[in-house]
Amino acid sequence: MSVAPAEVDLPRIEDESVPDKPWVTIVWNDPVNLMSYVTYVFEHVFGYPRPKAEKLMLDVHHKGKAVVASGTREAMERNVEVLHGYGLWATVRQDT
Amino acid sequence: MELFRPGRHGGVSAWVSAGEAALLRSLVTPVMDMMGGDRKDQPQRSVVDELEALFKEGPAPQTPTDPVLARLLPDAYQDDPDKADEFRKYTEESLREAKKYFAQTLLDTLPENGGRVKLTGDQARDWMRAINDVRLAFGVRLEVTEEFEEQLSALDPEDPKVAAFEVYGWLGAVQESLVRALARLTGEAAPGWPG
Repeated sequence: MSVAPAEVDLPRIEDESVPDKPWVTIVWNDPVNLMSYVTYVFEHVFGYPRPKAEKLMLDVHHKGKAVVASGTREAMERNVEVLHGYGLWATVRQDT
Repeated sequence: MELFRPGRHGGVSAWVSAGEAALLRSLVTPVMDMMGGDRKDQPQRSVVDELEALFKEGPAPQTPTDPVLARLLPDAYQDDPDKADEFRKYTEESLREAKKYFAQTLLDTLPENGGRVKLTGDQARDWMRAINDVRLAFGVRLEVTEEFEEQLSALDPEDPKVAAFEVYGWLGAVQESLVRALARLTGEAAPGWPG
């Protein structure tokens, strides 16, 4: 996946006041994506071992959503872009 | 169709009939068109065009009103339209381009009159994503739930939706075979899929 050329221009000033709270990538359940596919995507995109990928997939399936990664806002936005490329329903949020 | 499995060439391989190849083409092409007009057979944009497009202030893209597009190009921020629009402004075009690229890989590697499909790992991942986008579009239009088999069996056999549900199910089987074959390529057991 390419990185959006203008991504560096995103204003981040408003977030710098709360630097201690990490950002998270959330994946939401949907009725279309195959469980095997979601597991594969978690393994391939994040390099997670199979058991972790499967557990996250099952969390998404049973709880409706799961936090699949945390870190900087930029990294989480990049995750979401890649996951959208795979057709997963993913969002970014600052951890509360 | 022979579904996908690891091939001797180090990638994955399947066999499709002429009818299945035509069906796949007819399913992938409209999704590709939804992602934006310019196709591979049109003149390439020059670097200067790309740069101009980059700096041009066009209308900022917003959450699509069409539910299929909204699912294929979802908001990255929930309950925060400003952040979602901002993210979309910088990323939607590249996501559209990526989805078109995946679809183009499928079209380029699909034998026109059917036959053996041989894919590298990267091409197989493009296929998975292109097929998934078609399934997502079907899912929205057919209002598919997790009880898709029950939805199908509850339909009147004369209902035109039956064929669409069957194609949707077939695409799921093709996609699952790709996942299995790819997982076996990396030497791991295929992921389990309870449903």
